[in-house]
Amino acid sequence: MKMNGAKIFVESLKKEGVDTIFGYPGGVVLYIYDELYHSDIKHILVRHEQGAAHMADGYARVTGKVGVALVTSGPGATNTVTGLATAYMDSIPIVVFTGQVPTNLVGNDAFQEADIVGITRSCTKHNFLIKNVKDIAKTIKEAFYIARTGRPGPVVVDIPKDVTMDSAEFSYPDDIELPGYKPTYEGHTNQIKRSIDMILASKKPVIYTGGGIISSGASKELFAFAELLKAPVTNTLMGLGGFPGEHPLFLGMLGMHGTYAANMAVTHTDMLVAIGARFDDRVTGDISEFAPEAKIVHIDIDPTSISKNVEVDIPIVGNAKSILAEMNKLLKQDKRLKGFVRESEDWKTLINQWKESHPLTYKETGKLKPQFVIERIYELTKGNAIITTEVGQNQMWTAQFYKFGKPRTFVTSGGLGTMGYGFPAAIGAKVAMPEATVIDIAGDGSIQMNIQELATAVQYKVNVVVAILNNNYLGMVRQWQSLFYGKRYSHTDMSHKPDFVKLADAYGAKGYAVEKKNDVLPVLKEALKSKLPVLIDFRVEEEEDVYPMVPSGASLKKMLLA
Amino acid sequence: MRHTISLTVENKFGVLARVAGLFSGRGYNIESLSVAETLDPSVSKMTIVTNGEDKIIEQIIKQLNKLINTIKVVDLTVTGHVEREMVLIKVSASGENRTEVLRLVDIFRGKIVDVSPDTFVIELTGDEEKIGAVLNLLKPLGVKDIVRTGKVAMQRSIQHNSIDNK
Repeated sequence: MKMNGAKIFVESLKKEGVDTIFGYPGGVVLYIYDELYHSDIKHILVRHEQGAAHMADGYARVTGKVGVALVTSGPGATNTVTGLATAYMDSIPIVVFTGQVPTNLVGNDAFQEADIVGITRSCTKHNFLIKNVKDIAKTIKEAFYIARTGRPGPVVVDIPKDVTMDSAEFSYPDDIELPGYKPTYEGHTNQIKRSIDMILASKKPVIYTGGGIISSGASKELFAFAELLKAPVTNTLMGLGGFPGEHPLFLGMLGMHGTYAANMAVTHTDMLVAIGARFDDRVTGDISEFAPEAKIVHIDIDPTSISKNVEVDIPIVGNAKSILAEMNKLLKQDKRLKGFVRESEDWKTLINQWKESHPLTYKETGKLKPQFVIERIYELTKGNAIITTEVGQNQMWTAQFYKFGKPRTFVTSGGLGTMGYGFPAAIGAKVAMPEATVIDIAGDGSIQMNIQELATAVQYKVNVVVAILNNNYLGMVRQWQSLFYGKRYSHTDMSHKPDFVKLADAYGAKGYAVEKKNDVLPVLKEALKSKLPVLIDFRVEEEEDVYPMVPSGASLKKMLLA
Repeated sequence: MRHTISLTVENKFGVLARVAGLFSGRGYNIESLSVAETLDPSVSKMTIVTNGEDKIIEQIIKQLNKLINTIKVVDLTVTGHVEREMVLIKVSASGENRTEVLRLVDIFRGKIVDVSPDTFVIELTGDEEKIGAVLNLLKPLGVKDIVRTGKVAMQRSIQHNSIDNK
């Protein structure tokens, strides 16, 4: 059937199973918006295009499906760049459609023109400029395929206005023609066997896992793997939720704000099994002193992640889920397993001593503690909520004190560290899963970076709860200034800000302010029952620091503990 | 160490920018780059000369492979290959120099492609060594300008008995 490009666009999205678009209209996408007017695809009108990209990202993280955003050319497109870079660093599958000026004006410095394909080349997995209406269906098929397969990531599709106006025959292709794109899923059999031999010959194993466990859906396989080996597990920030937070083999997060036990364990291990993690600098600290005594097996779907930062003994390229399943099968039949578990008992005793001697903790003072608030959120939601965070102290305390039990329940900007991410991501998550409890744990700085989305949340009755840990500072930066810059708090004072309760009210949301410990639970309970979005202004201890802390670039064993 | 990498890519707009961006974004250096269509017009071949430690080269090759439009990457440095580069050299040639230049061009099997009363433009093809040698010999006579194509390289079919006729 012949139809115009805008209609082909919408029909193609339907073929991809898209149920929700986060978007913002503008001149060059009007044909598309005209088509959406009749469509049953749900469209969420954001208040800033950055919000659209983060919402699509939040939607993708909690569902595993591809999140979709639609924006206009020029500023609409450039406003999504932070969202794209966020998704790129954390390997999140989103497709952002950007309008473009008509093809005859491309390159003419036309009104609202930006070379978004050029601008986003280094912060997308791939991007496309569609120059002919005949290519729309094929390109959309490829964009979704690239976004969700292999190591997932964001894809931009730039569509000039005239292309949406022109007509062509619509047929959605069944096959993909990408001669240069063939992700490796199956791990190399020999490498898998060799890694089993290496693991079973060790005495002090540690399993170190990241976002790859979440994106490949390998939590069950990881659980079985750890249980078979009876080996301790530590997660990166992106990996939280991949292994139950309350499990006795769980060490907590490792790295700059990791637990004492996790950082000591990776420092002293003789066998590090890294799965879907990339040895990021926030994880390793001083790379020359990271896991210095360890043999390393590294499982990752992206060959460029392997031996990029740390030389490994056995690399296995492929999908974490299928490789772990294969390893579990081999382990179950392996006669050496029993002896291995027995031999590593001393190691686990030592780890338990570390856990007991240095648990995550904080000092009680008269004031409300941010960690206390997070503990109450955990208590109340029993680890079943979807938690998003902003970036900084709020994010680190959440990673430490909320014991994530399930994958796809922790939504945070790990790699890029995007302040202003958590609130729109929470909206995207809640739109995807209306039944879930969704809470954004925020700071008073971060929440102001995308506060305009409160209008979006109110408009669509997206009743997320925003728990602002309000300490009147850009807390993490202040903490660095306190520790490393002689307490010179250069431009980190955030005490000048709106009254969050009044602000919530102005937007038509619900606002609370909490200063006393005893009010935390009752207010949280009320907030979780609200049909409206809720902002809670928790007035917490102003100069509370996040500990443990490994100073930037130092060895993991050089933790500051208080 | 210097590496010559042969890269087979889809012939689409923007691919060169992706390759160049991959190098510039990571601070890798491109010494030379040549690109043109292959027998199949939907496919292009690039020859990239770069340098770096083994670990950097390994990352470069992996990153090139990771590009969606990349079909194949071969590090020719570790396989048998032939490589050639073409250079145009504008050299001063007046009086006695003219015969000297002509003799050198003849020895190195070059061609004179432009003549003026006091200059020649020489076209010369060869590997790096040969071009280096010619330039060294011509410099004292007064090289005014050079333009090089950058290296093109091809894997050998038979590794052993092949003859590299420079």
